[in-house]
Amino acid sequence: MKIFSHIAVLVLVALFFSGTEPLYSRSQLESEQTEVAASALNDQPDAESNEDGKGHEDEVVEKEFDTQEYIMDHIKDSHEWHILTTKEGKHVSLPLPVILISKNSGFHIFMSSHLAHGHAYRGFKYGEGELSGKIVEVDESGALQELGLPLDFSITKNVFMMMLSVVILIWLFLSLAKSYKKSGISEPRGIQGLLEPLIVFIEDEVARPNIGEQKYARYMPYLLAVFFFILINNLMGLIPFFPFGANVTGNIAVTMVLALFTLLITTFSGNRGYWQHIFNTPGVPVWLSPIMIPVEIIGMFTKPFALMMRLFANITAGHIVVLSLIAMIFIFKSLVMAIPSVLMVLFMDLIELLVAFLQAYIFTLLSALFIGLAMPEHHHD
Amino acid sequence: MDLITPGIGLIFWTTLVFLILLLVLTKYAWPAIHSAISVRNDNIRKALEAADKAREEMKKLQADNEKIMAEARKERDALIKEAREIKEALIAEAREKASEEAKNMIGEARKFIQAEKESAINEMKKQMAILSVDIAEKLIRMKMGDDTAQKDLLNKLIDEIDLN
Repeated sequence: MKIFSHIAVLVLVALFFSGTEPLYSRSQLESEQTEVAASALNDQPDAESNEDGKGHEDEVVEKEFDTQEYIMDHIKDSHEWHILTTKEGKHVSLPLPVILISKNSGFHIFMSSHLAHGHAYRGFKYGEGELSGKIVEVDESGALQELGLPLDFSITKNVFMMMLSVVILIWLFLSLAKSYKKSGISEPRGIQGLLEPLIVFIEDEVARPNIGEQKYARYMPYLLAVFFFILINNLMGLIPFFPFGANVTGNIAVTMVLALFTLLITTFSGNRGYWQHIFNTPGVPVWLSPIMIPVEIIGMFTKPFALMMRLFANITAGHIVVLSLIAMIFIFKSLVMAIPSVLMVLFMDLIELLVAFLQAYIFTLLSALFIGLAMPEHHHD
Repeated sequence: MDLITPGIGLIFWTTLVFLILLLVLTKYAWPAIHSAISVRNDNIRKALEAADKAREEMKKLQADNEKIMAEARKERDALIKEAREIKEALIAEAREKASEEAKNMIGEARKFIQAEKESAINEMKKQMAILSVDIAEKLIRMKMGDDTAQKDLLNKLIDEIDLN
């Protein structure tokens, strides 16, 4: 009975949100630039009158719902943190710092609110069309600078949530370490009870069997960092409210950095056996080495590449499925649709919860496995 | 395409943020956690071992106890048996002594009686001898008198004897 009441509450919440056009319908009430682009494409006669982008909310609501844009908007990174849109069509967003290094004009730092509504600030504005989501540099006449895009080191939505997650993790681990110092070796309580099983699991099931009893302790901080970083960002990505819901672990740059860490650690902890396996695979005739050496070297990189793609694809796919199910409400333009949609989203969220743990575990497990493979036991000397 | 093109900014910030996390974990969190957990694991292992040992000792003690109990029981049985034997022997001895005593007493009584009898007989013999002598004397004296007187006297004497 309890679960039914929970579902009922969720459905009601969804109905409320779908009625007030909030969180998930941002692109429906998208800011002026997309409106401009859309009206230009549609060749509407009143396109010019919309140019200033003020006071045309009624028309905006009528706009065709673009599912793909809606989904991509939520999956991709953003320079501001859109929190909700009021019934009057006002966007409530958290402006985030934009940090740019331009070949043309050097270093710039300002809040993203200056760029809102397609305005140009210090010669920068949001790109359109092909370059949407990026910041471009324009000259006085409004043409793109020829030197190319500025290097964008902005604290974006993803960076913000990632920093938040690491602050939470550092707080968790430091208070954990403190509580161990304080309570000594008594039974786990509080944060210890929450984190210790996971830490012991990583230690006993992931690090120890894959890396080996003597050497595993050296790699534990990395494995713990990777596991908890991925896990907390996966979980925070599932929460659809500010300051969560950013698709951090479903971003290829983030997974690439994590995979690169594994690659570097694997490469630098590789012992003689590892390199011998690459350049002189035992049991393979010498004349095969022109084939074997390139294959082995490619193999060094495919393993972390698979790590990168697996995490990125799993998390992004999960978000896309959830967003698609939510989008069904807007596609059908029906509140009745909210009921099956919310039920399916609930189901997907439960699966995503599993995936959040699973992907964190798999990334950590495979990292440990690769590190272990780089240190084969000596059979000869 | 945008989705699978890593951006330089996010790469930079991810690296930085992750390195900070890694540094904090390596320097501050992991050593404390590791040592605490391994110390606790050691403690648990030791405690388990100690418990095992204690259990074994307990078992040994119990076995010892049982052995002691069995021995005690055996000893008790032996004692009881011995006591019973002693008792029986004592009773038998007492009985024997008693019967011997009785026999002795009877024997003595018998001897005494015999002696009494003998002395009585002797006394009687003596008395008879005296009487006989007396009678004889009287008879002799009577002879000097007449026959009737003799006969009377004799009768009288016989009567007297009867009276005896």
